[in-house]
Amino acid sequence: MLDTAKLTGGHAIPTPDDGSPPVLEVRGLWAGYDHTPALQEINFQVAQGDIVGVIGPNGSGKSTLLKAILGLMPPWRGEVLLLGHAAASQQRRIGYMPQMERVDWDFPVTVDDVALMGRYARRGLLRRTTREDREAASAALDRVGMLPLRHRLIGELSGGQRRRALLARALANNPVLLLLDEPMAGLDATAQHQLLDIIADLQASGTTIVLCTHDLSCVSSCCVKALCLNRRQVAFGPPDAVLNETVLNETFGTHLLLVHGDGNAYAYGHHTHPDADHPHQTAASDGTEPSPRRK
Amino acid sequence: MLDSLWEPLGYAFMQRALVAALLASVACAVVGTFVILRGMAFMGEAIGHSSLAGMAVAYFLGGNVFWGALAWAVPASLGITFISRRAKLRLDTAIGIIFAGGFALGIILMSQVNNYTADLFGLLFGNVLAASWGEAALTGGMALGVLAAVAAFYKELLFTAYDADMAAASGIPVRLVQYFLPVLVAVTTVVALKTVGIVLVLALLVTPPATATLLARRLPGIMAASVAVAVVSVVAGLYLSFYADLPTGPSIVMVATGFFLLALLFSPSKGVWRRLQRSPPTETAAAGSGADR
Repeated sequence: MLDTAKLTGGHAIPTPDDGSPPVLEVRGLWAGYDHTPALQEINFQVAQGDIVGVIGPNGSGKSTLLKAILGLMPPWRGEVLLLGHAAASQQRRIGYMPQMERVDWDFPVTVDDVALMGRYARRGLLRRTTREDREAASAALDRVGMLPLRHRLIGELSGGQRRRALLARALANNPVLLLLDEPMAGLDATAQHQLLDIIADLQASGTTIVLCTHDLSCVSSCCVKALCLNRRQVAFGPPDAVLNETVLNETFGTHLLLVHGDGNAYAYGHHTHPDADHPHQTAASDGTEPSPRRK
Repeated sequence: MLDSLWEPLGYAFMQRALVAALLASVACAVVGTFVILRGMAFMGEAIGHSSLAGMAVAYFLGGNVFWGALAWAVPASLGITFISRRAKLRLDTAIGIIFAGGFALGIILMSQVNNYTADLFGLLFGNVLAASWGEAALTGGMALGVLAAVAAFYKELLFTAYDADMAAASGIPVRLVQYFLPVLVAVTTVVALKTVGIVLVLALLVTPPATATLLARRLPGIMAASVAVAVVSVVAGLYLSFYADLPTGPSIVMVATGFFLLALLFSPSKGVWRRLQRSPPTETAAAGSGADR
């Protein structure tokens, strides 16, 4: 066991002093597909206004963790609590931004339509959306700076704009907790900064955020806590305490070179996971990325 | 000129055909929009072909082939969805099995009937000019039911078709919707059988919406354009059939196909003609969607 992991890895964290439940609490969580566990014994807590960066290689269970929090995957064991209640019953208070590849970008909907979808959950079956819903959707678009592009088709947007449209949808229902799956992947520096600014604004207004990423510099610069996953919880804690070479090597496999600069940690080299040949940190335009249809 | 427009409407068989074909094609145009967006064309084709089995059984027993088709198509659509979800089979594989199996069973049953060829021809290619008022009413009623269902669950159908994960995360009963859409496709297919027959059902389900995607941008606009193309195709097809003495179903399909080709060439945003005008090729590439960074 690692030194740093003693504090954090695999052990329940004591509740905060003021006695109020944390926004998100994950206790002894196991989850997986078929009979293969994708997550084993995950324990962490997120306080209001925190940004938690979940890092780990492909297949380390990052997306599974988000799905378990959203209630899309029933936990095998353990529980997920949102403000002290089972998260599966609190779905509507969680905003979720999926990975870009999961979205059909050829679908004939506008930015407006997508933001409004964030309000559908609020209206039951057979109900139409109301003026209040449209206003909330507009407000969400305004927060992410997409109001001027509201009548564009989603397929006509750049990578950064696509991301912000999905973020608006996640925000439209005024969520307590925001889950972002790979928000930075494939964005160029400008678009990344734009998104980071929005995330910082959200944090300032008290939104709690859990984001998955491959980008260590993003975690060390903008996250309050880092959760290192490799099917099990390798470490959880403040980035400068947790992101050291030992933890990262255990998280990502071997051959990771860590460079410290500007108070941030940067990782070079690639891990040995079989999916590692997918380029994730390239800044190339993703405007032409394929839009695979889901089954 | 006006006389030649009104004359066919004086015949009761043309009135019945118009009612049945119009309502069926409108239902197809609306449901078909989801079909092309979700890539379910092959499913519509399979449901149509395999329901020959249900029609043949009904025919054999002297019942209404329409109910026979419906009794086959709905379970078949549920079966395809179930097999592909549970057995981890690819959807097109599951569809292929039901498609061929049902069609083969239908042909075998039909071959036991005396005037095999004539009757089979009617089922395969439709004979809307021979529709009774009862059939027209039944077809029309079912079509209106399909349209009402889409209107009622539009929000859920749209969200699930666009992003099932997110829809599920928002508490929309995604699994239910994922079974509901194939059932809608099945009912719509059956509704259109009298008009265009088993073999050409796919044309009504796919061609008008495909044409519409070349003419409109947003989903509601696409649906409206799809309905317009379907209605004009049915009316024009029926007249073509009446005056040129051509089979009705194929005439309707040929008109719709003509509209598709026109849209493909002259669509204001996506037409081939516009693209050719926008040379040189480097600019054409830049004008393509999504690459504006």
